[in-house]
Order: sequence, then structure tokens, then C-alpha cells
Amino acid sequence: MNDQTPISREERIEKLQGLGSSRKRVEDARFTQGAGNYVDDIKLPGMLFGDFVRSPYGHARIKSIKTEAALAVPGVLAVITAEDLKPLNLHYMPTLAGDVQAVLADEKVLFQGQEVAFVVATDRYAAADGVELVEVDYEGLPVINDAFKAMDDNAPLLREDIKDKMEGAHGPRKHHNHIFSWEEGDKKGTEKALADADVVVEELITYQRVHPCPLETCGCVASMDKINGKLTLWGTFQAPHAVRTVASLITNIAEHNIRVISPDIGGGFGNKVGVYPGYICAAVASIVTGKPVKWVEDRIENLSATAFARDYHMTGKIAATKDGKITGLSAHVLADHGAFDACADPTKFPAGFFSIVTGSYDIPVAYCGVDGVYTNKAPGGVAYRCSFRVTEAAYLIERMIDILARKLDMDPAEIRLKNFIKKEQFPYNSALGWEYDSGDYHTAMDKALASVDYNALRAEQEENRAAFDRGETRNLMGIGVAFFTEIVGAGPVKNCDILGLGMFDSCEIRIHPTGSAIARLGTISQGQGHATTFAQIVASEIGIPAEDITLEEGDTDTAPYGLGTYGSRSTPVAGAATAMAGRKIRAKAQMIAAYLLEVHEGDLEWDVDRFQVKGNPEAHKTMKEIAFASYNQAIPGLEPGLEAVSYYDPPNMTYPFGAYIGVVDIDVDTGVVDVRSFYALDDCGTRINPMIIEGQVHGGLTESLAIVMGQDISYDETGNIKGATLMDYFLPTAVETPNWETDFTTTPSPHHPIGAKGVGESPNVGGVPALSNAVHDAFAHKGLTHTQMPHDHWRIWKTAQKLGLTD
Amino acid sequence: MIPGSFEYHRPSSLADAVGLLSSLGDDALLVAGGHSLIPMMKFRMAVPEHLVDLQDVKSLKSISLDSGQISLGAMVTQAEIILSDELHVACPILREVSYQIADPQIRNLGTIGGNVANGDPGNDMPAIMQVLDATYILTGPDGEREIAAREFYESAFFTARQDNEILTTIRFAAPAAGHGSSYVKQKRKIGDYATAAAAVIVTMSGDTCASASIGLTNVADTPLWAENAASLLVGSSLDGETIKAAADAAKAITDPADDGRGPKDYRTHIAGIMVQRAIANAVDRAK
Ligand SMILES: Cc1cc2nc3c(=O)[nH]c(=O)nc-3n(C[C@H](O)[C@H](O)[C@H](O)COP(=O)(O)OP(=O)(O)OC[C@H]3O[C@@H](n4cnc5c(N)ncnc54)[C@H](O)[C@@H]3O)c2cc1C
Repeated sequence: MNDQTPISREERIEKLQGLGSSRKRVEDARFTQGAGNYVDDIKLPGMLFGDFVRSPYGHARIKSIKTEAALAVPGVLAVITAEDLKPLNLHYMPTLAGDVQAVLADEKVLFQGQEVAFVVATDRYAAADGVELVEVDYEGLPVINDAFKAMDDNAPLLREDIKDKMEGAHGPRKHHNHIFSWEEGDKKGTEKALADADVVVEELITYQRVHPCPLETCGCVASMDKINGKLTLWGTFQAPHAVRTVASLITNIAEHNIRVISPDIGGGFGNKVGVYPGYICAAVASIVTGKPVKWVEDRIENLSATAFARDYHMTGKIAATKDGKITGLSAHVLADHGAFDACADPTKFPAGFFSIVTGSYDIPVAYCGVDGVYTNKAPGGVAYRCSFRVTEAAYLIERMIDILARKLDMDPAEIRLKNFIKKEQFPYNSALGWEYDSGDYHTAMDKALASVDYNALRAEQEENRAAFDRGETRNLMGIGVAFFTEIVGAGPVKNCDILGLGMFDSCEIRIHPTGSAIARLGTISQGQGHATTFAQIVASEIGIPAEDITLEEGDTDTAPYGLGTYGSRSTPVAGAATAMAGRKIRAKAQMIAAYLLEVHEGDLEWDVDRFQVKGNPEAHKTMKEIAFASYNQAIPGLEPGLEAVSYYDPPNMTYPFGAYIGVVDIDVDTGVVDVRSFYALDDCGTRINPMIIEGQVHGGLTESLAIVMGQDISYDETGNIKGATLMDYFLPTAVETPNWETDFTTTPSPHHPIGAKGVGESPNVGGVPALSNAVHDAFAHKGLTHTQMPHDHWRIWKTAQKLGLTD
Repeated sequence: MIPGSFEYHRPSSLADAVGLLSSLGDDALLVAGGHSLIPMMKFRMAVPEHLVDLQDVKSLKSISLDSGQISLGAMVTQAEIILSDELHVACPILREVSYQIADPQIRNLGTIGGNVANGDPGNDMPAIMQVLDATYILTGPDGEREIAAREFYESAFFTARQDNEILTTIRFAAPAAGHGSSYVKQKRKIGDYATAAAAVIVTMSGDTCASASIGLTNVADTPLWAENAASLLVGSSLDGETIKAAADAAKAITDPADDGRGPKDYRTHIAGIMVQRAIANAVDRAK
């Protein structure tokens, strides 16, 4: 039976809504109608609530904890402290970075907001009343809030629990507040390049502590079924399978008895990669009470206790010839990791992929070193919408290039064009050890410069500066250029693992008899639209329309094992697995088609949604027909059914890149920055869904705007976190967000099955330097070299004041 | 972010509300739109045992304009102020300020009474009431009394209102025909309180300033009426130097807090800039 519908090949392609189609997001129907199912929507019979007593101090000894008054509150059932967890050996938990973190404070607190006791009650309100009444007696201790002072001789000892453990997870520790030292590159060669250079620029560039601040905070529901011994954990997990394995290892509950489910997640941006005390406490409370226990943090808790990002103090040095050719780069970072090292990086990379710091430039020799230190701040250090520490690296190199340009009196665009890795140099081995898979930087940059009419902008800026000097305007115009190279898709199992779990990913596809399908992946969407885009990959590979494919992720009992979604890894790794699983299905389908058409397999060719006999397209079998036959027709030598699973270990990372240009007008009297226009050209290889790419770029750019113009998690001298509410922590609304103009070039990844590279994080990586460079550019002619972010109103005004521009 | 428990009361007349406040004593608080109070309760900075909700007290919801006198019931929302064309014609600064308060959702519930009674120096309406020389009408167990807005604010969250009094009406004379007004507010983002803000009303007589009134928001622990600054403008041609001198006089009475909006010197400076810009706008708009 042939499908007789006479539609053209183009119509058949369109019907698939496969690669390249701006298919509408299938997730949006439920999200826009308020019908999503988030953790806090889960309500189970008899469910209890847990809430934390948190430290009001940055550093203090706990002298006593009195729980009687709290326990007297109607509805309060238990108050759990470290003493209760000790017999279970759960008062500390392993972090992703090889350190341990207190689940509940053990004798002392190390940051404001640290978890001290967990109150379990019949409802949220009783739990909160109980929290108010737990009396903790503290004795204040001296606080370290400045990473530069952490390793002073007389610096207070923060981590008493590991004071004798001078061999850390990443080698020897040189001070009681030191975590690790990590180096890459040729130190001597770089020193020589710096010594021999015509010009050297050096700058301390701080990327302030920020927080990913997903709209949905972190939380979980733990439910221990005492009858069958199964623990089910629903939670805001960006890596559900890893959570299951880690939970099994630390609780000794067999892995098959733990089921982890990530329901809808309202944004992650790295904040939901780690394991938090709330998860452990909820699980323990459920095991003890035999009832489901929910824990959901509020906004202040989210901003002050679950993972922050950045907090990198980076000293960059560039050596160059007098005509602007870079001859060497050195970078040293003092990394503030807070009270526990809970960074989320592949385990062998304590500073993530910071060594991508040579950026998009052909730099012959380079060196980078990172020292991590403990301070009295919240733990974390996650990749806030960027691959591990890539945005820090991109910020450093892109600021440094501008500083070099300024020193040489060169145009920032020109100096970049002069130093780019050339198209013919790919695959390119960077001085710090990465093999860039592909790129065409000159084409992208030229397109960007032409699109914004860069020369006209510079001419306008000349006029603006003259008018400012004549007193005719109090606005200064700034043009920010940035060109970034990302390194995403962690990663090859040979060097990428998290706590020993290799960073492959997976996809399983099952075709139903009537020719629709379900695909399950090891990743988990948090707003990226996986159900939309991964179905498009399957559609193109196997010729079943995307709308006939259900996509599922996030349930460890049903989905194949994978390492989850962060670091822009889903498309590079799970997306590749999806294509490969599709190809396995197609291979079997080809055998079936050959049998049905009574030809040799080699006589068939694939065409959109069918196999056809070469030279005789009338003789064909569609995938739909093949699916039916696979189940219902006894085919000699073939098992019934049509399904496949693929575990994909990527041979290399992918290297998306982009050219961003932003234009700002700064009101020198108020420090208010108006982003007049912003142009973002992204090259993420093969484009799966252009509309989703655009959405990702809009969102990421908006976050970059937030970081550059205001986000700041800072602490005062006594260890108080400043501004951990959305009144102070800057989340731009539609009003503050400018129009984002997007564009693209396409340089497919040579090693990815469909040539895709990942895009979700690029805009955060490129947007930050572009906007910061724009602000600096506005004042560059007045002598500004560098000033730290955030570039909020008052700091800009102070900059203008220092430059003598205010009255 | 979970408030303590409380009893909820919803009287339907002013007399009942006053009665409840008196009988419940110190442990009771009024709630109007709730958009200042409920956040405080969630922080447990306010832990009332009783909330007396004014939503059903219909008599507090009227807007009236009568022979040059404007009366606003305490329960008139910020959104209703924006929507009233009549008010806008008589006193355009009210719509201008309302649009700069919070966001539409908050303005739909937040009331003028709550905004001025709250006593938070970050609220925008009190500075407007300074420049308009408004009168607040309070009703307590002993009946009604009037107090000038310029006398009402004592320090942050402390006002001349007794705990058992309800602010019922805000009354002021509509500014003179042909006046120009402006409210200029610098903030970090939508929904933020002012880094500094200035309200200005002027009347002109030809090229000369005939009268002026200046108010400031969030640059001290109370709203400020910048009397000296305004008096410098009167009789002048509002040349650059005079405006600058007025801004300096306004800055001289500020004492802003150091906070996430910026250090003291910056916020003082911004107060001056806001005054200059508000004067320029007001003069432009004056006829
Ligand atoms: C995110 C956010 C941003 C905001 N931004 C701004 C801003 O930019 N500018 C601004 O001005 N405001 C802002 N607000 C506050 C908002 O305008 C409030 O609505 C307003 O301050 C209080 O009005 P309300 O009716 O909500 O009062 P409520 O919150 O109900 O009450 C406030 C206080 O006044 C008392 N009270 C209320 N009514 C009376 C009365 N009739 N008599 C006596 N006492 C009374 C209450 O007991 C309480 O102590 C913001 C609020 C939020 C949540």
C-alpha cells in the first residue's frame, strides 16, 4: 500500500517541520495558559513542608540551638539539626567540585543565609512560624569578604572541618583558605613574550559576583514509599540522572530505588545544577516521617544561598607589536568560591574552560593560572548561562583587546580583524590546548560592521564628542564591539566528567506502529524548548513530522541516562545522540523497505520521509508504512519493532562564535545609560529552529544587560549580603530592555552529526563584553582605561566625576 | 517570606472601621491596597494580629472637584487617578507621578491614602502633597481633624497620625490655571523607588516666575518641601544661574541614605539634577 497523497517534495519537507523550520514552541500552549507543572504545583496526600532556619551572620560559632519553642507551634513536627544528621553521616554532602558542604551548619556558620536547622511542619505557615522560634546562640567570628585578603598570614581559618587536609581535590592547598591552584600554558614562553614586546597592557578586571536568578526558585518534593522502599524526588534539577547517582552514593539507597523527576522547570541558568541542603533535608525528613516533604526556597533564599556565578578577579596582560599584532597573553585569576567549593565544572577543570581565554585570536603563546579561595560568602560558582567560566574568559580577553586598541590608538574592530584566527587555520590548536573545530571570524565581523554601518557610527561619535566639548550636549555616545568564541558541548568522556560520571548524553527513539514516535533524552529543558527542537532533529532524520513526535525528558525511570542540560551541551551532545539514534532507525527501516520493495538495500535511497528505489521514485515506502510493517509483518532475519537508543560521546567540543555591536548614550549628569541599539550576529552552526535561536539570543542578551548594568551580589564588611531581593537585584523588565537585532552566519561543526553547535549561552558570553566595552568606549577619549562592573547609574557618575566631566 | 498569622476584618463603613481600630488596639493595622504593608508582613517587619481592610468602605473611594478644591478619598487607587481626565486637566502632575509609581499591577491596587499614610520616604505621592500644600483629613474615635501634609511626616514610618485614626480624604486647591508642573524621578528600573525625585509647580507672569513650589522624594527620612529653593525662583527670569542656585538650595536640605541606589553624595547630586529638570519641564508647560 503506497501513500497516494500527491504532494510535492517541497510540501513533504515542509510537513516534517524539521531542521531549519521556525516551528512554534509546543511547550507554550501550557505555559501561556498557566498549565505548566512545576515543583511547587506538586501536591501529594499528607505532604509536609520544610523550611530553613538560616544564619544571620557571615561567620559565627554556634553555641547552642534550642528547639522547644518551635516544636510547641501547632503543626510543627520536627526540627532537624546537624546533630541529627551526624549519625546518618549526612551532615556534610559532597559538592560537584570535590569538596564537601555542610548540609546543616556543623558547629559554625560560614556565610549569611547558611542552613542551620530544618523545620518540618504540616504546612508552610506553621513551618515559617517554627523557624521564627528556633533559638540559636551565636558567637561572632571575624569575617573575610575580600578574596584578596583570604590568604593573608593572619586571615581567620574558615574551614575547620578540613583544616588538616592540605591535599585538596585539585592538588596541594597553600593556605588554610586556599582551595586549589590550576595552570595551563607556557609560563616561561609567555613571560618572554611580555618582556620582548613593543607594548604590554595590564589590567585587573573583576567580573563581579552575580546570581542566575531563575524566575522559579529551587525546590523539591521527596517522597519515601516505606512499603516498596522507593524514594521519589521531584525537583528543579538540571541534571536529574546525576542527582540520582549522587543521591544513591551518599544515602546508600540502591540506585534503582531512587526515582528522580524534573518536572517543568522555570529557568535554570546554572542555578539548578548543584545539589542543595534542601534536597537532602527533604529526603531525610520524608524517610523519617514516611510522608512526602516539600521544600521550596523563596526569592531571598535563592539569591543568598543557592549557587551564585562569577566572582573572578582577573589580571590580564597582553604583549603586542606596535602595529597591534598580539604576541602573548597571560591571565591570572583569584577566584572567590565562597564558603564551600561547590562550583559546577567538569571535575578535572576546577576553573572550567577558562583557558578559552585566548578567545578568537591567533595568539602564539599564552599562560593562565587560577587560585581558588574560601571566603564568608555563599557557595556556588556555576555557569550562569555560559559554558564553564567561558563568560569570564570572554570578558577578560574582550576588555583587554579594547584596552590594547586604546593604547595603540587603533580602532577596536580593526585590531580584532588583525588578530583573528583565519578561516584556513581551522581546525585550530590554541596556545592553551583547545582544538577549535571550525570558524570563519572575518566573514562574521565584516558582516556585522557592514550591518551597523560602523564607520558612520564612528563618524557620529566624533561629532558627539566635539559637541560635548563645546558644551552643547551632556550625553556621550559609546560603541561597544565584542567578538567571542564559546566552547560548549561538554564533553568528550576522555577528559570531561562530573564526579566520575562521563559527560556523554543520550536519546532513545521508539516508533509506534502507526508511524508516530516518542523520543526520550538524558537532558532536561528549563525553557530552551527541547520538546520543539529535538523533535525537529528526529523529523529530519527519520521523516516523521515533528508534530507526530512526543519528546520526554527528566524522569530517570524512563529516560536514558544523561548528564543534563547546562553549559550549552544539549544540542551538541544530546542533539547528536538524537541524530545518531535516528540514523540507527533509518538503517533498520532501509532493510525493511528493501524487503517490502523486493530490492537490494543498496538499491534504495532516502528521500525526505521515505526510501525509494534509485531511478524509480514511484517505487517507495514511507517511514509510516515501514513503521507499520516493522511491527506487523514477519520479516526474515529481523526482529519486530522499530526503536533505537544512542549514547553519544562527542569527539570534541563545539565552538560557536559571534560578533556583537552595541551603541549606548550616556547621560553624564545622572550616569544613566541608554542602549540605543544592539546588533548580535551568532554563528551556531546548523540552525535547527531560527525562531528559538532568536528567542534564546534575546533572553541571553537581556541577562547580559542585567549583569553589565546592575547585577551585583555583594557583602559588607560584617558579612551581610547586600540587596538580595528583586528590589535591588537587577532583573530588567520590558521597559529597561532595548530592541535586540539578531543576525547570523552558518559555519557547521565538522564533527557534529548535523553540524549544530549550541547557542543558548552565546548571548550572555558576548553580550557582557559588548555592553561593557560600549560604556568604556563612551569615556575612552577622556582617559578611561577600565572600571569594574556593574555599570550602574552611580558608578558611571563616579567614573565621569573622576574624569573631571561633572560639576 | 511567609507572614505571621492574623485575623482579617472587613468593615463596610467608616464608623465600623474606626470602631474596630479602637477596640482592637495596638495589634491592629489598616490595610488598603496592601502593596506596602503586605511586603512588610512577609518580611515580618510588621506582625499585626488584626488587619482591618478598608476595601468595602465605599465612602473613601470618591474623587471630587468642587470650585477649585480637589478631594481624593483615601481608597482611590493610583490607577483611578491615572484614568481620571478631569483630575488630569485640573492637576496634571497627579497623572504624571502615578505613572512613575511601581507598575500597572501595583497601581491597580495601591491607594493614594496608603501611599501618603505609609510614611515611607520612598513613596512618591507625599512630595506631591508637599508642593500642593495638601490637607489630610483624619477620622478617629473623637471625630475628624485636619493636618497639613507639610506637618504630617515626622521620620521614616512615623507620622502625625494616631494608631486609631483613619486617613479619609486628601484635599488641596487645584493649582492656578496656566501653571506648569513636573515630576522627574530617577530610578534603577520599573518598580523601583526613587534614587531621587523632584516635584515642581510654577506659575509665570510673562517671563518672570510668579510662584513656585518644590518637593523632593527619597532623599531624607521624610518627604521634603524645599521652601528656600522655591523662593529663589520667584521673581526671577529662571535663568540658568537661578535654577542652579535653587537646585543647590534643594540639595542643602537633603540627607539621603547610602543604599543600592548609590552613595549619599551621588543621591544628593541627583536630587539637584532632578530639581533642575523638573523646573525646566514645568516652565515649558506653564502658560
Ligand atoms: C514592587 C513595588 C514597587 C513599588 N514602587 C513604588 C513607587 O515607585 N512609588 C511609590 O510611591 N510606591 C511604590 N510602591 C508602593 C505602592 O504604591 C503602595 O501601594 C503604596 O505605597 C501603599 O498603598 P496601599 O494602598 O497599597 O497601602 P497598604 O500597603 O495597604 O498600607 C500601607 C500603610 O498605610 C496604612 N494605611 C493604608 N491606608 C490607610 C488609611 N486610609 N489611613 C491610615 N493608614 C492607612 C496601612 O496601615 C499601612 O501601614 C511599590 C510597591 C511595590 C510592591
